[in-house]
Amino acid sequence: MKKQNEKNKYSQLMDIKNVNLSFGGLKALIDVDLQINTGEILAIIGPNGAGKSSMLNVISGIYIPQKGIVKWKGQIRKKIAPHNIARMGIARTFQNIALFRGMSALDNILTGRNILMKRNMFLEMLYLGPSKNQEIEHRKKVEEIIDFLEIQSIRKTPVSRLPYGLQKRVELGRALALEPELLLLDEPMAGMNVEEKEDMCRFVLDVNEQFGTTIVLIEHDMGVVMDISDRVAVLDYGIKIADGTPDEVRSEQKVIDAYLGAG
Amino acid sequence: MLRDYSRLNTFSKVLRNNAEVYSNIPCIREKEYGIWQTSTWKEFYHQAQILALGLRDKGLKRGDKISIIGDNRPNLYITIAAAQLIGAVPVPCYQDSVAEELQYILEHAEVKIVVVENQEQVDKVLEILDRLPKLKIIFYDDPRGLEKYKNKEIASLKSIFDVQAVDLSWVDSEIEKTSEDEISVMLYTSGTTGRPKGVLLSYKNIISVTSQACEIEKTSINDEVVAYLPMAWVGDFIFCVAQSYLSGFCINCPESRDTLTTDLREIGPTYYFAPPRVWEGMLTQLMVRMQDATKLKLWIFNYFMFVAKKWGNDILDKKSVSIWGRCLYSLGYLFVYGPLKNNLGLTRVRMAYTAGEAMGPDTFLFYRSLGINLKVLYGQTEATVFVSLHRDSDVDPNTVGPAFPGVEIKIVDDEVLYRGTGVFKGYYKNDEATKETIDSKGWVKTGDAGVIDKNGHLKIIDRAKDVGKLNSGKMFAPKYIENKLKFCGIIKEVVAFGDKKDFVCCFINIDLEAVASWAERNNVAYSGYIDLASQDQVYDLIAKEILNVNKDLSKDSELFESQIKRFLILHKELDADDGELTRTNKVRRGLISERYGKLVEAMYKNDKTCFIETEVTFEDGRKGKISADLKIKDMETFDLEGVAA
Repeated sequence: MKKQNEKNKYSQLMDIKNVNLSFGGLKALIDVDLQINTGEILAIIGPNGAGKSSMLNVISGIYIPQKGIVKWKGQIRKKIAPHNIARMGIARTFQNIALFRGMSALDNILTGRNILMKRNMFLEMLYLGPSKNQEIEHRKKVEEIIDFLEIQSIRKTPVSRLPYGLQKRVELGRALALEPELLLLDEPMAGMNVEEKEDMCRFVLDVNEQFGTTIVLIEHDMGVVMDISDRVAVLDYGIKIADGTPDEVRSEQKVIDAYLGAG
Repeated sequence: MLRDYSRLNTFSKVLRNNAEVYSNIPCIREKEYGIWQTSTWKEFYHQAQILALGLRDKGLKRGDKISIIGDNRPNLYITIAAAQLIGAVPVPCYQDSVAEELQYILEHAEVKIVVVENQEQVDKVLEILDRLPKLKIIFYDDPRGLEKYKNKEIASLKSIFDVQAVDLSWVDSEIEKTSEDEISVMLYTSGTTGRPKGVLLSYKNIISVTSQACEIEKTSINDEVVAYLPMAWVGDFIFCVAQSYLSGFCINCPESRDTLTTDLREIGPTYYFAPPRVWEGMLTQLMVRMQDATKLKLWIFNYFMFVAKKWGNDILDKKSVSIWGRCLYSLGYLFVYGPLKNNLGLTRVRMAYTAGEAMGPDTFLFYRSLGINLKVLYGQTEATVFVSLHRDSDVDPNTVGPAFPGVEIKIVDDEVLYRGTGVFKGYYKNDEATKETIDSKGWVKTGDAGVIDKNGHLKIIDRAKDVGKLNSGKMFAPKYIENKLKFCGIIKEVVAFGDKKDFVCCFINIDLEAVASWAERNNVAYSGYIDLASQDQVYDLIAKEILNVNKDLSKDSELFESQIKRFLILHKELDADDGELTRTNKVRRGLISERYGKLVEAMYKNDKTCFIETEVTFEDGRKGKISADLKIKDMETFDLEGVAA
């Protein structure tokens, strides 16, 4: 896969200003500003119910905030259909694994390329000319991802039979198959043991390094967050209370209070 | 095809010849991106030539050492070939070695260039780089994760291969300069005792011995081998490099370590070699899986395994077998052995070797009864592997076969000595050890105790220094007892004690996979290895197996006193990272009895439990401590049976 750095002319991939999001009476996000810089790893942290997942959904365009603007590459983004989100170059993984359980790891990853397939049902059915070449091209990309994530041994295993950590890896593979510019990871290390976490960290760093993908992740494991992120944004009760390098955030009094529950 | 090895007397000359006569025949395959990618001999040779030039430009000269570290990858095999083209000496290292182990070898061998597989190995070498003044450059094969490395000492192999239009005539002239007495490869022994020693093998050593082996087994370009054993092991060098060069067969590199079973099935090797541990592992896995089968299937399996045990080996040896036996065996082949062999990827196997360590006769016969032509190869790095080898239809599970052609064997004070064309040139920078091992007439001490039986087969009893005596004066050969125990599958490793003691005791390592499967079926809850290993039910399970072995031992007048009286299950698996096993997974007895001396003492003091704390090394080199209160269990023993005392 080619590096995507060159493609991104914008130093700011996404600029979110003054966003407010509420569900009925519940305010999930209150006047939140957030910039996502091209090529960085940004972690969003915060206690339970702080609005992290809501934030991620605003970024991905699933939730439309009642107030505020979301700029994607300098353009104001309007309401957008899910398949167009993928087309824009945003991919994500989910807190609860959302794979096709009966399908093999390979097929699951191949579904990630669905948006890139130029379909012609008739040719596909006959497996002729261009559609054959296209199939080979996609399979090649998928194999590169399998190689990258070191999951060759489970290529043909139905994902329902895989342990949790590997399922997470397949899900990451599917997101990568889209060749995204922005990758959203919702708790990629939740429920993993130390070894699986270390593997996952390495993959996240490698994705960022090798493909130049911008990554936004939500994570509870502070060790992981502080280790791999370039920047950390902290949410508490829907308000952004800190934003900066891991070191800056760590020493921020508000963050300490939010986590330790100072009166 | 018979070739004139007096002319083709070095690997570089053989390789050049292969590129002509076998030009479009597959030489090496690698599964990448899910597809087997094949290189022909011509391509392989071309790549090796280009790399040879590249290495020259980096300052590698005739006689210099170049180290190779990584899993079996075509580019690493090309590196070996390239080094040999210009007369440099390849020094393969174990890819699992920790940095300190590598440091010793790279320093001792005065390695100038290191070629490694990936980032993991680069990191290890970089860690010790400042202690290796002679090391100039590290080449890596897989660039993954190395993009941001700024060290000027590292470079990618690809940067050499990418060179366009080079003049290869210089390599040709270098090939002419190589002679058969030059060192072909330097292999470090795994070192059950002390530091590893660098064994120097000349082209003459290897070609003379390997051509004999090819002759015996009639290897040809139609054979297929899967290259999966560590490249630093002499076996891999002989089978995957030397024999492949001489016979022209193709070697296949699996996609990754985890995919080996699938890759094995896809390739269907005709020639298969594995240390006993691999054979034992396969058997264990098989038995575990059979336990999950339905009752009917299990019954069919057991019945036909009984049939195989009775007639299979004789059929394989082409001895006369009753028609009834043949019929049943054919039926068994249809229902059990055929599918089983297919599952293991061994359907096409023409010859299979076990080497490196002693293998229990029961395990050995199991495979032979399935119709797999498994043979024992007894050898040493110092002998260029081959000392003795079973021949077709002359296989005795209790021996290691008759002497290899061109090898003489004699027994002096119970110790096996040999000499022949394969005898190594000496240990690198260690004349003292060389003199201790080879005498003036060329006899090499093996350090193994053995006898030659009436059929001329060599029978190995044990490592000479391990064979001891019980206080009663009876011989105590730990390996024999250990192998008997290991056959049951739930025991992964055993260390038996008894020398200068009144009775025999042992440490057990359970096989996690097999015992975990048992636990699942019997609703035994556990949290991990330590927990499982300490459960009473597991102790009972192991005790049952030991009882069987004791019963067996009680029938032998020589060994009935070696029955196991007490045992304990260790709280951790013996591990090469902790130095308890060698890199080829042989038990380091001395170190174990020292480290766990407290436990040994407790076993002979009649204690019921013993507390132990041990340091463990994690894969990334960090250290931690684990402790446990180990139970010691007493065993029932039997009186000598059927033999008058």
